[in-house]
Amino acid sequence: MIDEGNDVGRLHSVSLNRELCMGCTNCIKGCPTEAIRVRDGKAVIDENRCIDCAECIRICPHHAKRAVTDTLPELSERHDDFPCVALIPPSLYSQFSAPANRASILNAMSTLGFDYVYEVALGAAASSVRTREILNETRAAEEVLKDGAESEFPLISSACPVVVRLIQMKYKSLIPHLISLDAPMEITARYAREEASKKSGVPPENIMIYFISPCPSKRSASLNPLGQKESDVNYVLAMHDVYPLLLNLLEKPNTGSLDASGKADSYPLADPTGVQWATSGGEASTLDTEKYMAVDGIHNVISILNEIENENLKDIEFVEPSCCFGGCIGGPLTATNPFSAKARMRSVIHKAREDHGKNPDKCLHSNALNPHIWEEPLSDNDSMRLDEDIETALGKYDQMEKILSTLPGLDCGACGAPTCAALAEDIVQGNALETDCIIKLKEQIRKVAQEINILKL
Amino acid sequence: MKKALTRLGVRPLSIKRASIAMYEAEINAVIHGHGGVAVVHIFADSVLIEIIDHGPGIPDVEQAMTEGFSTAPDSARAMGFGAGMGLPNIKKQVDLLEIDTKMGEGTKVTMHITF
Repeated sequence: MIDEGNDVGRLHSVSLNRELCMGCTNCIKGCPTEAIRVRDGKAVIDENRCIDCAECIRICPHHAKRAVTDTLPELSERHDDFPCVALIPPSLYSQFSAPANRASILNAMSTLGFDYVYEVALGAAASSVRTREILNETRAAEEVLKDGAESEFPLISSACPVVVRLIQMKYKSLIPHLISLDAPMEITARYAREEASKKSGVPPENIMIYFISPCPSKRSASLNPLGQKESDVNYVLAMHDVYPLLLNLLEKPNTGSLDASGKADSYPLADPTGVQWATSGGEASTLDTEKYMAVDGIHNVISILNEIENENLKDIEFVEPSCCFGGCIGGPLTATNPFSAKARMRSVIHKAREDHGKNPDKCLHSNALNPHIWEEPLSDNDSMRLDEDIETALGKYDQMEKILSTLPGLDCGACGAPTCAALAEDIVQGNALETDCIIKLKEQIRKVAQEINILKL
Repeated sequence: MKKALTRLGVRPLSIKRASIAMYEAEINAVIHGHGGVAVVHIFADSVLIEIIDHGPGIPDVEQAMTEGFSTAPDSARAMGFGAGMGLPNIKKQVDLLEIDTKMGEGTKVTMHITF
C-alpha cells in the first residue's frame, strides 16, 4: 500500500491511511492475488502483485484504503491554450434517475467547465465493430487449423484492465486469447484529442483529457498503460467526486436541456452498441455470437480463467470477464448501488436504440474511430516466480513445502500473511520468521517455560 | 503440479503440455484402473510424471494408442469421457511416453516433458 504523500500511486491507485488501518486481516484475506501483508500492524501491498481490483477498498471495515484519483480542475486555473476534454463512460448514465438522460448529462458536464465532452461509448462501438471482424477472422482460421495447433477460442475481452493484469501474472498461457485492442477509453481519448485540436486550433499535445472513472484501475491504466507506450488520458477523476456536482446541475431546470449551452455539436452521440458496454454482458451482446460467456466479480473471473486454461470452454467463442459485479456499473468509484444502476442502464439503452431508430444519422458512425491493435506485445509479470534461477526456485519450493508441513494450517492470518502457504513463502523469501505464526510462537514459549521449570527444580 | 511449475517460472506452453498429459492419464487411471497414484518429479529442465494403477492392464497397447479406440464403459461416456483420444492426446503433449502394463496387475504410465 502506498503511504499517502509519498510518491502516491506510481504504479497503482490504492493508498492507505495509516492512522485508520487497524492491522486486521480483512484485506489480506480478500485480496485475490495475495498481494497484501500486515507488517508492524499496518497493511503493506506488493505493488508487483496488485492488479487494481479494489477488493481491499471494498472490504476494509475501517475505510483505511482509498482510491487515488485526480481532482477536478478549478475553473480559474483553466487556460484557453489548454482546452479540457471530459470523457464520459456509459456507466455514468446509470448513476442518475430520469428525467436525466444522456444529452442532459453530457450537457451538465460541459457546464462544469469542460470545453469538449465525448462519450466513451464512441470508442466502445468502434471496438465492437473491430471485435466482430476479429471473431470472423478467428472462425476462418479455426477451419483450416492444423491438427495439434492451438485454438484461439475462446477470445477474451481486454476491456477490463484488472483482468488483463491478472492474466499477465497468473494466466500467461491465456495471453494469446486476449483481444489485443486498445480499451474504449484509449480509442475515444485519441479521437477526442484529434477532434478537440482541430476545433480549437491548439496543438494536440496541449489538449487535457479527463476520464470520469468508475474504478481506480483506469487510473493505473493511464499511468502504466497496457499494450501501448503512452496513454492518451491525462487525468482520471472519480465518478463519485463528479456525481454531486452533476446532480446539482441536473436538478436545476433548463441546464438539463441540450439547447441551453449551445454546445450541442461538441458531443456527437455514439451508436447504441457502445452504450451497452456499461453492464456485464453488454459488450458480448454487441457481437454476432450466442457462444459467449459474461462473468463478473473477480473471484468468479478467476474460476473461469482456470476453466479456460484447462480447456473446458472450447465451445465458447467469446468471454467477457469484468472485475466488478454487474460490470463497470458496479465499480468501486460509482455513487449509485449497482442494482439501481442496472435498472437505469436498461432504460438508457432502450432510449438510445429508440433514438437511433428514429434518426440514425444523428449518431456518429462507428467507423469514425479507429481502434488500434496493441502497439507492443503484452509483457508478462513474473512476480509469481520464486526465483529467476530455476534451480534456486526448486530449492525454495522444496523448503516452502517443508515449512508448510510444520505450520498449523489454520490460515488464520494472524501472522500477517493470508494463508499458512503464503507465510511459508514469505519465510523462504526472507520476509518473515517462523515465529510470526502465533501457534508456533506459543509452542516455543511453552517449551521455554518447561525448561525454566526444570531448572527451578 | 501446475501451481508448482508456475511458481518455478516454467514457460506457459510447457505447463500446459504437462497439465493436459497428466489430466488425461489420471482420467484413464480412474476410468479403467480403479484409481491410482500420481508421482511427479520436477527437475530444472523437465518434469517426469508417473501414473500408477492396479487395474486390469491394457491387452493391446498399440490398439489403445489408436485415435478413437475406446473400451470406456457407458457410465464414463455419459460424462463426456471415453472418446478414445486419451492416450493419443498424451502422446502429442509429451517428449517421452512409456506404458508398462501387466494383465491383471495394473499399468504404469511414465511421461517426460522437457521445458
